Amino acid sequence: MIRQGIILAATLLAGASISTLAADKNIEGRNWAATCTGCHGTNGHSEGGMPLLAGLDKAYIVNAMKEFKAGTKPATVMHQHAKGYSDEQIDRIAEFFAAQPLK
Amino acid sequence: MALTRRDFVKWLSASAALSGTIGCATAKKSNAVGRVVVIGGGYAGATAAKYVRMWGPDIEVTLVEREAEFVSCPLSNRVLAGVMQLKDLTRNYGKLHAKYGVKLIRDEATAIDPAAQEVRLANGGTLKYDRLIVAPGVDILYSEVPGLDSPQAQARVLHAWKAGPQTVALRKQLEAMADGGIYALTIPKAPYRCPPGPYERACQVAWYFKTHKPKSKVLILDANEDVVSKKGLFMKAWSDRYAGIVEYRPNSELTGVDAATMTAKLTFEDVAADVLNVVPPQRAGKIAADAGLITANKRWCGVDFLTYESTAVKNVHVLGDAIMAAPQMPKSGHMANQHAKVCAAAVVALMHGEAVNSQPLLTNTCYSFVSDKEVIHVASVHAYVPEKKTMEIIPGASGVSAAASEQEGQYAQAWGNNIWADMLG
Repeated sequence: MIRQGIILAATLLAGASISTLAADKNIEGRNWAATCTGCHGTNGHSEGGMPLLAGLDKAYIVNAMKEFKAGTKPATVMHQHAKGYSDEQIDRIAEFFAAQPLK
Repeated sequence: MALTRRDFVKWLSASAALSGTIGCATAKKSNAVGRVVVIGGGYAGATAAKYVRMWGPDIEVTLVEREAEFVSCPLSNRVLAGVMQLKDLTRNYGKLHAKYGVKLIRDEATAIDPAAQEVRLANGGTLKYDRLIVAPGVDILYSEVPGLDSPQAQARVLHAWKAGPQTVALRKQLEAMADGGIYALTIPKAPYRCPPGPYERACQVAWYFKTHKPKSKVLILDANEDVVSKKGLFMKAWSDRYAGIVEYRPNSELTGVDAATMTAKLTFEDVAADVLNVVPPQRAGKIAADAGLITANKRWCGVDFLTYESTAVKNVHVLGDAIMAAPQMPKSGHMANQHAKVCAAAVVALMHGEAVNSQPLLTNTCYSFVSDKEVIHVASVHAYVPEKKTMEIIPGASGVSAAASEQEGQYAQAWGNNIWADMLG
């Protein structure tokens, strides 16, 4: 009984800390954002010639992607890429880039 | 919430990793949760090595690469036009070690022992792995082109389909050719590395001829029934910019060559050229073939698109041009970079006992130069389709340039600078 109690307490704690950790890290956003970084630089730190995404305001990124999707923002490729992402994916990606510190 | 023993163990090991205070046998070993070995330092392998370390700093990563430096195939057709040099496409591997702690071994992996989970090296050493990432690129199948079996023939009729000495040698052949000469380029049946690459190459050589040797011709002998990539835009470039220089012949399958006379043998005719450039059929790199990773058409390696783990060999992942891609998934450097990140995330998750991303996405942007400065692109976004276990282009999320432009020329160069930094530092 006592042993079970310890495991129960430890597991509750573990469950809580792991889920918090996953949410804080935004692993999904990180993974989806990595589809942008071949052109926009690792974690959004562009080497130049492509827009920097790291540290941008989340709402700005979300809005830009919506405008690319709608075709109201001028683009060479982004109007095509933007249509590949759901609103949820855009939200998580924007959150990831917004959280990246500027170099 | 379900309470499992696994969660508890995971939490215990997480605590141990954080505090390092649990005194047990494992505490004396390295802190690494496991070892990953990557074979091949191209677009796929270098990206994978970096991203596994970046996302899983407690994982040991060793990259085995036989060349001293990375040379990019994308943009290398510009060397043939004479507007870029090989050194502009060359980068070193130093930051992978200095910044990300990747162990670099310059050697050739000669064999994989999946039972012992070991890689053997040409110098005689072995490397143990928990997970192996194989990114060997393609091998050129000279055996498929009668007349190209000897080293002498291969040194005369070049492929230049791997950026390096052959690229420079082909440029020299074009420079040495007299005005009024014929450059013939043969294209194998798809799939081959870089679908738009041959057509871009035709444009680059045509631009060089137009500006330096205007009486010369570019003859494209394509084994495919039509232009494989960016058809409308390439056809427009040939008719608007290079009329009288470029001639395109579909359904022209190469049956052999005569290297001495630079002659391409087709099914119904022989075509003599002053410079003959043969892109032979290709297959996943030799190490993949030797390790039993090839599952499709004796050429390509089947993978699970959630993890890039081989469908044939456990704990071995395959990336880049070597894989049996889903339809519409090109064998491109950009795609290889994308495979690597999905794989890196999966490898890190698996080695930490966590769930793998069930909704991976891949993007692709391939830029092609149609002149010295103007560029066209093809772009797409691909999503995993669980019921088919494959990747498909998301409806609407693909397309090509409206027209060639210098603006996209600037983006193409910026693409290179950014993706090389994304993979190497």
